[in-house]
Amino acid sequence: MNFEYSDEQRLLSDTLRKFLGTGYSFDARGKIIASPAGFSDDVWAALAEMGILSVPFDAVYGGFGGTTIDMLIVFEAFGEALVVEPYLATVGLGGRFVARGGSAEQRARILPALIQGKHKMAFAQTEVDARWDLRRVTTRATKSGDGWVLEGDKRAVLHGGSADTLVVSARTGGASDDARGISLFLVERTAPGVAVTEYRGLDNLRLANVRLSGVRLGRDALLGTEGEGFGLVEEVVDYATALLCAEAVGAIKYAHDATLDYLKTRRQFGVPIGSFQALQHRMVDILISYEQARSIACLACVKVDTADAAERRRIVSAAKIKVADAARHVSQEAVQLHGGMGMTEELKISHTFRRLTMIAQAFGDADHHLARFAAASR
Amino acid sequence: MDLNYSPEETAFRDEVRAWIEANLPSEPRDKVLSYGELTKDELLGWHKTLAKKGWIAPHWPREWGGTDWTVVQRYIFEEECGAAGCPPIVPFGVRMCAPVLLRFGTDAQKQRFLPRIYNGDDFWVQGYSEPGAGSDLASLKTRAVRDGDHYVVTGQKIWTTLGHYGDWIFCLVRTDPKTEKRQDGISFLLVDMKSPGITVRPIVLLDQSREVNEVFFDDVAVPAENLVHEENKGWTVAKFLLGYERMGTGNIAVCKRELARVKELAARAGLLDDPRFTDRLTRVEVELMALEITNLRFLDQLRGGRPPGAEVSLLKIKGTEIQQALTELMMQTAGPLAPIFRPVAPDAPFDAFTATLFPRYCNVRKATIYAGSNEIQRNIIAKATLGL
Repeated sequence: MNFEYSDEQRLLSDTLRKFLGTGYSFDARGKIIASPAGFSDDVWAALAEMGILSVPFDAVYGGFGGTTIDMLIVFEAFGEALVVEPYLATVGLGGRFVARGGSAEQRARILPALIQGKHKMAFAQTEVDARWDLRRVTTRATKSGDGWVLEGDKRAVLHGGSADTLVVSARTGGASDDARGISLFLVERTAPGVAVTEYRGLDNLRLANVRLSGVRLGRDALLGTEGEGFGLVEEVVDYATALLCAEAVGAIKYAHDATLDYLKTRRQFGVPIGSFQALQHRMVDILISYEQARSIACLACVKVDTADAAERRRIVSAAKIKVADAARHVSQEAVQLHGGMGMTEELKISHTFRRLTMIAQAFGDADHHLARFAAASR
Repeated sequence: MDLNYSPEETAFRDEVRAWIEANLPSEPRDKVLSYGELTKDELLGWHKTLAKKGWIAPHWPREWGGTDWTVVQRYIFEEECGAAGCPPIVPFGVRMCAPVLLRFGTDAQKQRFLPRIYNGDDFWVQGYSEPGAGSDLASLKTRAVRDGDHYVVTGQKIWTTLGHYGDWIFCLVRTDPKTEKRQDGISFLLVDMKSPGITVRPIVLLDQSREVNEVFFDDVAVPAENLVHEENKGWTVAKFLLGYERMGTGNIAVCKRELARVKELAARAGLLDDPRFTDRLTRVEVELMALEITNLRFLDQLRGGRPPGAEVSLLKIKGTEIQQALTELMMQTAGPLAPIFRPVAPDAPFDAFTATLFPRYCNVRKATIYAGSNEIQRNIIAKATLGL
């Protein structure tokens, strides 16, 4: 047991932080989120260049062959800098689906291009009224000749508008809430019958509603085994949830540092407001939330790759509960302790607040994961 | 980063587990697991068993009986002791007085006291708080006046945990009442509790237990050789010791055992089907899972013998909050039976275990108060870690 980063991990962290420190200042990010695409092709190319897009993938495809702790390092850094590029959607979700469930042909076709920054992905899962239930899939895939026809309506697809390929969950059997009968398909965003409506999230990430009307797919579009997609969906969403926890830890770190700095510099009644005990104790509680969130995010990233699905569910849900609570606590306190300034668009703290708030309920809020944890502990 | 035990660490865990299994007598263990009150002999008995094995003071230097265990080994040892229901190691000698002597004591003091502390020959207690000096410890008034080759001590200590078992007490006393800063003029004295002039009186707590005491000093003669460090430099010693005192207060292994017990009791009471109960239970469990990692991360930083700093305050705050939450959940499992405390007729049938749950909830309220209240811990973190 040890908590040290390896030399390679330290290098990864240093390289990425150096890049973000110069190329991803709050001002630079401001221009990126105001751009039509909502993210930067240059940043994406740089992430490819630095090998950041390759971190979790096998060397066979040009990947770095990293662990989920390597990914934790990436996401902590992204969280601090509030990176808006479609990294989670492409690497954490789409790429993970292909790497874990794709055929040799699918992996060889997609992963090298993805790693080189030439192929973006997204995961089209959520439907109206589905909330966090991953079983709730009504989009239908019907066999047609040698292939399939897709019909359905997906909502709030993270970075769906910029993805080259969407991983779409659709029902090939079973009733609308069954785990059995869910299949996964690789769908080109520009395929006939795919209608994408893009939205800007208040946290400055992009989302899209994806309408699938008679979308014709070849046989090779199926990812994994017909009707058996649910296990993979759950596994990949757990993986993405662990990464999101790491991103939250980075954002919480920023909120902690910025708030502490503000307490030391903001003066009222002739003294720094950090001299008031009422505020000191609240600042300490922010620190405690940060340390606890960081610990459980580490645990989730270490355990998310375990073969024991019940254990994976239990730990990821535990992490999401703590991180959601900490994200809420720290983001709210950071705004409060910044006073009026915390309310302004001008300060990064308000952007951090919005991102943390949305992370707290992405892939299931604390209530959802409390129920899931209890079920997994039975 | 690797959160799994190495093969060597696993082998060590198995060794510790097997040894405890073979050497822990069932009587004190059952008492621990059913929240009974341990006698002085039971506490010292387990201490002596560990001393004989060479495991009573892992963190001491090798020459005095330390084990040279790694941080992880120490953690594994505590984990196994907690899980098995070993009696607690009373911290005042081994974990508090001894580190002070090792750091500040003379050779003669080390030779005289350390082997006896190690072997459990004396029961040590702590004389810090006074009626007017709790969180504001530096305002203490117990006087020690030098008179030839001894000090004459007069005053009162309070909240002396297990003071009624005490053979020796280490005390903070005021040797110079006229200093400008109150922290100056304090000294650290070792006092034999059999000395004439010492009176120990129990304080009954809100669970009606006898655990803490008042200790009165009435012209007690203490040999000057029992002064540790220089006269009027006791505050340095006190601060050094406080870090060690907090170290053992967020006992994670015991919390894990208690958590398992809450689940067992909740299952019996049908509460695991009640999402209102399970949600609260889960939040405590998750906090404990995180604290276990936080604890290990901090211990990892303590490698190389650096004395514990403000990070242990964080462990103390969270650990004690979790302890309290667990006793609260546990009491709740008793439902309408919680108030039953003692039968009026001594031989009446009686569920003695259920009767411990409410008193325990009451008793553990102390955890966020002792060893520096959690508010004081927040002050410490604000100052030392955050620089506020």
